[in-house]
Amino acid sequence: MADNQTHLTTLATVRVGDTLPQLVSAPISRTILALYCGASGDHNPIHVDIDFARRSGMDDVFAHGMLPTAYVGRLLTDWAPQPWLRSLQVRFVAITHVGDIIHCNGRVVAVQEGADGNEVRVEISAADQTGQVKIQGQAVFAVPRQ
Amino acid sequence: MIDRSYIGRELPPFTVDVEAGRLRFFAKATDQTDPVYRDLEAAKQAGYPSIPVPPTFLHCLDLEAPVLLRDMLGIDVGRVLHGEQQFVYHRMAFAGDRLTFAARVEDIYDKKNGALEFVVKAVHVTNQRGEAVAELRNTTVVRNG
Repeated sequence: MADNQTHLTTLATVRVGDTLPQLVSAPISRTILALYCGASGDHNPIHVDIDFARRSGMDDVFAHGMLPTAYVGRLLTDWAPQPWLRSLQVRFVAITHVGDIIHCNGRVVAVQEGADGNEVRVEISAADQTGQVKIQGQAVFAVPRQ
Repeated sequence: MIDRSYIGRELPPFTVDVEAGRLRFFAKATDQTDPVYRDLEAAKQAGYPSIPVPPTFLHCLDLEAPVLLRDMLGIDVGRVLHGEQQFVYHRMAFAGDRLTFAARVEDIYDKKNGALEFVVKAVHVTNQRGEAVAELRNTTVVRNG
C-alpha cells in the first residue's frame, strides 16, 4: 500500500482521488450505546431505554448520530495529525440501528492553496453493512508548508 | 410549533473543565485504539501537553450546559433527531483546559407543513486564555408527525 493511503504526512504525496484507509466498526451493541450514552453526556433515553423508545414511536433504541460520527473522527485522525484538521461537517441521512456495522470511508476531492497551509478536502461517508449511507460530510485539513 | 421569537437569542455562556477521565471513557466508548487519546505519556510523546480532545468531543462538552436548548424551547426529548453537525477548529483543546461555550439560536424553521421542525444553534468555544478553540453548528430535527 502506498504511503498516501496510510498516513498523510506531507503534501507531496497527497493526490485528488486518494482514499483513506477504511475504518470498520464492531457491530453496534446495546452495551456500546450505554457506554456512549455515559461517555458522551447525551443522556437522551431514546438511545438506551427500549420502553421510552417505543413510547416515542420507534421500534427499538438506536445509536446517537454522534457515535458513527466519532468513528469518522477516528478515520480522520488515523490518517492525519489532528492539529491539521480545520473543519468537519456531517449530515445525518439515516438512523444507525442496533447490529449495524459502520464502514467509514474518505476520499480526497481537492488539494489547493489555503490561508494557513495547503488545504486538503476530504469527502467522508459512513454506511452500514448493506451499504445504506448513514452519514455524509466533508473534512478539511491544512497541511503545513514544508 | 416552536416559538420563533427565540431566533437570535443568546444562551448564557457556561464553562466546563476538560477531564482526562472523561476523555478516556469517551475513547473506550468509541473503540479508540490510538494511545494518544487514552494515555498521558503517549500524548506527550506526540508533542501534546496532555490528552487531546478528539474532533467530535466538543459536542459532548456542549451538552454540559446547565439548561439544554431543547428544554428551553419545550421540545420533547423523544421527538428529536440530530440533523447536521459542523465543527470549525481554531486550535486544539486538552485535558486540563477550561472551556467556555457561548451559544446562539441561529434559526428555527419547518418543512412538510410543520411535520418537521429544525433548530440551528451556533456555539463559539474559547479556552482559559481567551483563545478561540472552535465553532460548532448543530441542527436538531423535531418530529411533530
